[in-house]
Amino acid sequence: MAVDSRGTADAAPQHGSGEQRPRMGFFTDTSVCIGCKACEVACKEWNAVPEDGLDFTGMSYDNTTGLGADTWRHVAFIEQRRPLGAQETGAGRAPVDLGMPAVGRPGDDPDPATLGDFRWLMSSDVCKHCTHAACLDVCPTGALFRTEFGTVVVQEDVCNGCGYCVPACPYGVIDKREDDGRVWKCTLCYDRIGDGLEPACAKACPTDSIQFGELDELRGRAAARVERLHGEGVSSARLYGADPDDGVGGAGAFFLLLDEPEVYGLPPDPVVTTRDLPDMWKHAGLAALTLLAGGVAATILGRTR
Amino acid sequence: MTTSEVTRQGVRGERPGRDAVTGGRRAPGRRKGRGRGERLMVPDADFRSYYGRPVLNQVVWADYDIAGYLFLGGLAGASSVLAAGAEFTGRPGLAGPLKAGALVAIGGSVAALVHDLGRPERFLNMLRMVKPTSPMSVGSWLLAGYGPLAGAAAAAHLAGRLRGPGRAAALGRALRGPGRAATVGAALLGPAVATYTAPLLCDTAVPAWHEGYREMPFVFVGSAAAAAGGLGMAAAPVAQAGPARAAAVLGAGLELAAAARMRRRMGMVGETYRTGRAGRLMRAATALTTAGALTGALLGRRSRAAAAAAGAALLAGSACTRFGVFHAGTASAADPKYTVAPQRARIDAADADRAAGAGGSAAGDAGAADIPVPRASA
Ligand code: SF4
Ligand code: SF4
Repeated sequence: MAVDSRGTADAAPQHGSGEQRPRMGFFTDTSVCIGCKACEVACKEWNAVPEDGLDFTGMSYDNTTGLGADTWRHVAFIEQRRPLGAQETGAGRAPVDLGMPAVGRPGDDPDPATLGDFRWLMSSDVCKHCTHAACLDVCPTGALFRTEFGTVVVQEDVCNGCGYCVPACPYGVIDKREDDGRVWKCTLCYDRIGDGLEPACAKACPTDSIQFGELDELRGRAAARVERLHGEGVSSARLYGADPDDGVGGAGAFFLLLDEPEVYGLPPDPVVTTRDLPDMWKHAGLAALTLLAGGVAATILGRTR
Repeated sequence: MTTSEVTRQGVRGERPGRDAVTGGRRAPGRRKGRGRGERLMVPDADFRSYYGRPVLNQVVWADYDIAGYLFLGGLAGASSVLAAGAEFTGRPGLAGPLKAGALVAIGGSVAALVHDLGRPERFLNMLRMVKPTSPMSVGSWLLAGYGPLAGAAAAAHLAGRLRGPGRAAALGRALRGPGRAATVGAALLGPAVATYTAPLLCDTAVPAWHEGYREMPFVFVGSAAAAAGGLGMAAAPVAQAGPARAAAVLGAGLELAAAARMRRRMGMVGETYRTGRAGRLMRAATALTTAGALTGALLGRRSRAAAAAAGAALLAGSACTRFGVFHAGTASAADPKYTVAPQRARIDAADADRAAGAGGSAAGDAGAADIPVPRASA
């Protein structure tokens, strides 16, 4: 993929004011997330993000439902009738219902084969700070920019609220704040990391599920973690967004998940839309020439008719 | 079931009801009512999601603004092309209304664009930089170049109609050269104005837009030509409207063929163009465009009334196409199925390829799809 066809805003080669800084990011290890939402709260506190609706959704313990203009960290809760990896003993005992929290409504007849199986997946989602960031590519005003840390940030004094970045993001991260007119999303605490502090969510996370650091180092740490989990029998552990060859060139904020990404509300194979933009311009150019030629043809045809 | 966001300022918006079925798979057939019943006709694809919530954030554009802007921009661009042809073949009765129409349409389209901004007072930020990776930036510059040309062409045409020995007529004669230059300029930029809106929509993660990027510009160009032909037919004297009738037929044919091909090539995402509001709009567009083009071609030469009716139908058809495309996109973004299922299919196909190609080599990179997990259900 030619970088120059899509501008110079990609994260891989550092650019900007000549400052060579390592690219910073998040590794969110959902296998240790306890769903305390300290990250959501810390993010709101530090960044003065307004409330995002006092809503009861019935989606397990999730009442924020997804990332948006007023939710920059979002903890997903998924209840599954499936044994945790470490519980896959294969010992062949008949399952005994211990009265643990169960999936399903009271009175539902549980399948005896899966009786007692229960796992609760929790995952703190955030802007991926993509290597090839669609939001940044399509922003007509330059409000979105790539920082010296390789992160993607909106300048709220420039954004004119055209809303183009919103459907461009393949993850559904950035969104427009209706009563404000502009778009908002995670800044990876641009103000904090510039001062050598870690982002508020990572600072607040009690289990180190959210880890902040240099991306290269985080990727190594994550690979080791997956290996360890596999060794302990959690065969469903896999990394999401850690591969620099994926559709967005690798995410600056990547995850260790315990199920397929779509279960967490993440796209399974996102591709930055601007990858196809050169081809789009080609087709559009052809169509424009068709219109010009068609206009000439119609003018000539119109003589005789 | 709907819940609303109760804020200190009162109730803010409504969120769609959702079923708290764990494990994410949407319970089939649960979403009856609320005007989306036609969804049930489409078999649910095998896909998983987070409580049926969309993966993408929803398009924040208002349909009357942005679909209206697509329609008006197309009408303006194609009108300028036809106007130049009319001007140079001695059809002032056709060139005049087309030039005026182009100016009004482009004015309306810019107004719609500005109106849709969250911060309209910052619309000039659109020209803060030149950014080829952003079709909206490219489009802003196109409009900045095209708008004045369309204005100059229309103004010169008006001035040229002033008669008599006075100063006004002299002004009209003096403006003839510049007017012609502006007409040519607008005709050259017009096709770009009419086309760039296709990449504008397609350069997003919205499945029903992105997946159609090859055909969408041709749909838009055809629709634009049909609309401009309709305008010419409705406004010009029958004797001069020949090119408008031809443009309407050519445009309608191109639009319908390209739209059919686009829907076919999109696979399951194409159903967003057949169902719901988008489906109704696309069907209306087909009917109106076909009827308008046929009426124009067969009766437009004989009857002024038939020409006017055909023109109106063509204009309405073109608008329906743009609104239909817009709503197909919003529908495809609102349902996680259209995001997840094609991506999952892509992963599965790649996995199958790798398995077939690599044989037993198990050493893979740490990609998301490495470790097979039993799918929760079939
Ligand atoms: S996740 Fe979305 S908002 Fe974040 S950098 Fe990528 S494209 Fe932009
Ligand atoms: S809404 Fe703001 S940040 Fe998003 S593309 Fe438009 S100007 Fe850029």
